[in-house]
Amino acid sequence: MTLSHFIILSLMLCAIGVYGVLTRRNLIGILLSVEVILNGANLNFAAFAHFRAFDPTAGAVFPIFVMAVSACEMAVALAIVISMYRRKKRLDVYRLEELNG
Amino acid sequence: MAEFIFTNSYLLLILPLLSFVIIVLWLAGKYQNPAELDKTLRCQNQINDSEETQKRADDFAKGPKIAGLAAILLATLNALYGLGLATAYYQHVLAQPEHYPNRTLVCFDLAWLNFSPGLTANMGIYLDPISVMMIVVITMISLLVNIYSIGYMKDDPAFDRFFALMSLFTFSMLGLVVSSNILQMFVFWELVGVSSYTLIGFWYEKPSAVAASKKAFIVTRFADAFFLIGILLVSFQAKSFDFLTLNLPETAALLNQSIVLGSVPVNLLTLATLLIFAGGWGKSAMFPLHIWLPDAMEGPTPVSSIIHSATMVVAGVFLTARMFPLFSEAVGTLAVVQFIGSFTAIFAAIIAITQRDIKRILAFSTLSQLGYMLFSLGVAKISLHGEMGPGLNSLGYSAAMYHVFTHAFFKCMLFLGAGALIHAVHSNDLMAMGGLKRLMPKTYWSLLAACLAIGGIFPFSGFWSKDAILLAALQSGHYVTFGVGLVTGGLTAFYMFRLFFLAFHGEARSELHDVHEDPWMTFSIVALTIPTLGAGLFEHFFAGEMVASGLAYADHLSHPLWLPVIASLVGISGIGLAWGFYGHGRTEKADEWRQWFGPVYQLVQNKFYIDEIYLFITHRIIFQGIGAPVKWFDRNIVDGAMNLCGRILQLGGKMVRLAQNGQLQFYLGVTVLGLAALLFLAS
Repeated sequence: MTLSHFIILSLMLCAIGVYGVLTRRNLIGILLSVEVILNGANLNFAAFAHFRAFDPTAGAVFPIFVMAVSACEMAVALAIVISMYRRKKRLDVYRLEELNG
Repeated sequence: MAEFIFTNSYLLLILPLLSFVIIVLWLAGKYQNPAELDKTLRCQNQINDSEETQKRADDFAKGPKIAGLAAILLATLNALYGLGLATAYYQHVLAQPEHYPNRTLVCFDLAWLNFSPGLTANMGIYLDPISVMMIVVITMISLLVNIYSIGYMKDDPAFDRFFALMSLFTFSMLGLVVSSNILQMFVFWELVGVSSYTLIGFWYEKPSAVAASKKAFIVTRFADAFFLIGILLVSFQAKSFDFLTLNLPETAALLNQSIVLGSVPVNLLTLATLLIFAGGWGKSAMFPLHIWLPDAMEGPTPVSSIIHSATMVVAGVFLTARMFPLFSEAVGTLAVVQFIGSFTAIFAAIIAITQRDIKRILAFSTLSQLGYMLFSLGVAKISLHGEMGPGLNSLGYSAAMYHVFTHAFFKCMLFLGAGALIHAVHSNDLMAMGGLKRLMPKTYWSLLAACLAIGGIFPFSGFWSKDAILLAALQSGHYVTFGVGLVTGGLTAFYMFRLFFLAFHGEARSELHDVHEDPWMTFSIVALTIPTLGAGLFEHFFAGEMVASGLAYADHLSHPLWLPVIASLVGISGIGLAWGFYGHGRTEKADEWRQWFGPVYQLVQNKFYIDEIYLFITHRIIFQGIGAPVKWFDRNIVDGAMNLCGRILQLGGKMVRLAQNGQLQFYLGVTVLGLAALLFLAS
């Protein structure tokens, strides 16, 4: 288990997330994919902290921050999604295009 | 007493203004014609019982006179005040030449505009012989015309508006003649223009009246633009607006310098006085700006009587007289004044011979008489203090003012008489009249006096003033002008008696119903015979008192005897000719001669096609030749450039808008691609 394995894994997670964000039509699916991207980044932080840093705990702080912030972000995002669902009865992003120019 | 009159001289302006305000604010509309009122109120659903209608009808029957009576009351007070002012002026200023060397009293002076410490304009009341003379003329004629209008306008639904506007006009005209500085005069000058405009267009339902009022306003405004430039030129040099300063010899000396305009050297004095005279040129309707005056006859006859014959059109003559010491120094301007005056005098008289509309004949006659006044000024030469030196000749000046005085009364009466005829026949056409002598005897005899006066027959007022004008032209050696004046006198007698005989003699040429002489109207007409007969008594006063040294020159009263004899003979032969052609109220004989003249007659009857020339110039050359291309350039080139800028921006916006399609995943994809591109560039 070297650093390279972790980097490759995190890159894969990130790529899967981006793919999901760009292709899912359901808004909730897009939010899930965003979480996958964030987790890929978190893994990267943790791996570098473990293998390269003098003090491993220094790098572990970042994933904790990211998790906290993304939890808040999800709460807000889900609230928006729910109210949007109540209003529109659908969550298909191809149909949600009122904000065009 | 005199002290009181002088210190409160502003009352002269306040009284007519008060009349205007009272009528507009309280009296107007209270007693409207019930038929008219019913129509409006029914539209607003405010009237539903016939009792109310009956009450309004009763009100109207006795009501509408109230506005007129109020106007008459205030006009009477004003006339009395004007007479008091004239008496006080005569006793206290003219009688004490040692205290008032230039016979001028500024008896009310109010700081009005403070431009800078060196330049202020005041509102003042400036009394000198000509303004006092004008005050008397204006207030008297205003009173008589107001009395006349009660009869003339009694069935008009807009009775109140008429009297309000007449009061406004009286206020403006009095303000004009008593102005102590040229800026104040300009303000009142425009005010009389507005009053004239509203009164010409008084019957605004008639398209011809609307067109005439616009024509009058635009033509006079066109001239006033030059007047304003002249005011600025003179005041800039003299650093003052006051007439007392402007008329000083120093001002003339300051102005007497050459400037280069474009590449033409001109004398500033001549230029400035010409520009100022241009204002009077338009207001006094001199050729070629005379076109508005005959059309202005679309207004009610009392309006034509006071505004377009007796007072307002004299404003041009008055302006020239007011600044005459300055004009005297400008030889070129005086030559123009003289030429334009004499040309218009004979030009308008020739046209008047061929017209059929009774009021237009009088309008052209007014033009002709204004020409007399101006050429008389053109042959004179005076200085501010009136001291006489070599080459100075005050006679033309006094004679012009004398003619203003006499003409105001007899021409006012002629118009009022014409109004009475129109009222009786319900037509302006001379050919529809005839045989009215029997039906309107008082009007007949009064108008006979006025016609004799304008024809210059002894001892009526016109004889004296015309005689003085002809003498002035003769003495100053302008023989051509003298000849023109003499011939015009004959023409005047001819066309006036043509009008007179055709209207009164012979048999009626149209069916007349219920012809009577209205007492209000007849009173004014008969009252005006007094000055028409008696104004000759003032000859000595006008010759002696108009300028300080006039008395020394009053020896012209012992003028060559052959002059009045010749002038009278010319006048009498004009009357005789008119008698020969029209004496029995028939036109057959004249028609034969008209055939003989053929195209010449056509030319004259169509007023030498001056109106058509104007239309050609304005429509064909200015509108189509200049206006249309300029409009095209503005619409297509100037606006086009601006529109092109807008179009380009709009197009850009449209393209940018395509990117914002509302697709969330499109945005995200672009973001990812952008990030990738950045990373690629950074590596």
